[in-house]
Amino acid sequence: MLFPGPLKGIFGSRSGQPASEAPRQVNPDVAKVLPRNGAPNRNGAPKMTATRTSRGLEEFFTHIRGLSGLTILDLGGASQKNVNFITDLGHRLYSEDFLSIVQEIFGSDSADQSNPGQIEYFLKQALDYPDGQFDGVLVWDVLEYLSPALLTAVVERLQRIVRPKSYMLAFFHADDKQEMVQSYTFRIDGVSALEISERGLHRPAQLFNNRSVEKLFGRFDSVKFFLTRERLREVIVRA
Amino acid sequence: MWHKRREEEPLRPSAPPAPAPPPVVHNPAPSPVEAKKEATPVSNMPPARFEPESRGGSATVGKAVKIVGQIYSKEDLYVDGEVDGTVEALEHKLTIGPNGAVKATVRSREVVVLGSISGNVEAADKLEIRKDAKLVGDIKTARIIIEDGAYFKGSIDIVKPEPAKAAPKPAAPPVAAAANASPAPASATVAEAKR
Repeated sequence: MLFPGPLKGIFGSRSGQPASEAPRQVNPDVAKVLPRNGAPNRNGAPKMTATRTSRGLEEFFTHIRGLSGLTILDLGGASQKNVNFITDLGHRLYSEDFLSIVQEIFGSDSADQSNPGQIEYFLKQALDYPDGQFDGVLVWDVLEYLSPALLTAVVERLQRIVRPKSYMLAFFHADDKQEMVQSYTFRIDGVSALEISERGLHRPAQLFNNRSVEKLFGRFDSVKFFLTRERLREVIVRA
Repeated sequence: MWHKRREEEPLRPSAPPAPAPPPVVHNPAPSPVEAKKEATPVSNMPPARFEPESRGGSATVGKAVKIVGQIYSKEDLYVDGEVDGTVEALEHKLTIGPNGAVKATVRSREVVVLGSISGNVEAADKLEIRKDAKLVGDIKTARIIIEDGAYFKGSIDIVKPEPAKAAPKPAAPPVAAAANASPAPASATVAEAKR
């Protein structure tokens, strides 16, 4: 199935495996965070939505299916589908509109994201949870919006607030050569089905390849990649 | 076409109302004043007819009102102002209007948020967070509706309502006992009605 405009290549090409290990940083002057909800496409076109199979999501739910009463954190902001799906499985859902908080505290200037005081304040606002609180975290693509200092602090905090042997699902764009990438809203449509809506083009604060993602989660137990036909990497991280 | 319209316009004030259902007349002998009202609907209407649209019998905290303390409501409540404290409408519907800003623990049968709530919310039946609404706090409810564009930060506990327990049937009660037992509630009802 082909889509016009920015979704044109969503099922079109396999990503290659980049050779370099370090994440490529984008000029912080131009890195910009878009609001999570309601941001129109830059070209004014209506947002495109596609539903596709997600092996990462399937893997995530494999580990929590059959259990109930788990505590799941969703960093993508509250959406009806995600709330229904998680709570229908009998789990308790915590919702954080992570990127809204990033935008609120740091604005669109990612240079501030290296200020230790601001980082501490941000963590208190967005991830102030007791150690080992969560049995799973739906991270989606929010980590791409963080500059290195803030990203490191966030990943460290995530490691603290998840229980050992719990899982996180994160998405990274596969093409680390693009200056502008499409950002998405993710809604769970089934155990292995994900509804992806365009939110607009943005310049990520960093671009990652497989090696740099592994390095980012180096203190976690394991990192597993799922290659998709679109330009997104699905990553399952085990604490 | 234009000419016809111009002709019709001046006639409107004096024209009788369109074929509306005949008005319910409580007074068998309508006064001339009432007849005049029908002929010119714009003029001298009784004030009662111009009352602002009611909210279905709910109490309202207006947008220029701030309440610090505890609110217990035994009817539906519409809050469009500020409330700091607690809000309870256990068997009723609570609506936070678009101008409403509630910093309170909220307990209600049904909660609809169009403004903002900062505090924990328990909605026994249903919670709706509308577009552009903001809720920061932990939620316990049976059903939740979150519109796109709403902001929510906190936890969601879906508490399924317990199925109504059927009254335990006595094991083969004697007919005489059943006959004696049945009038009791009836008499109690009558007694309550008399009070």
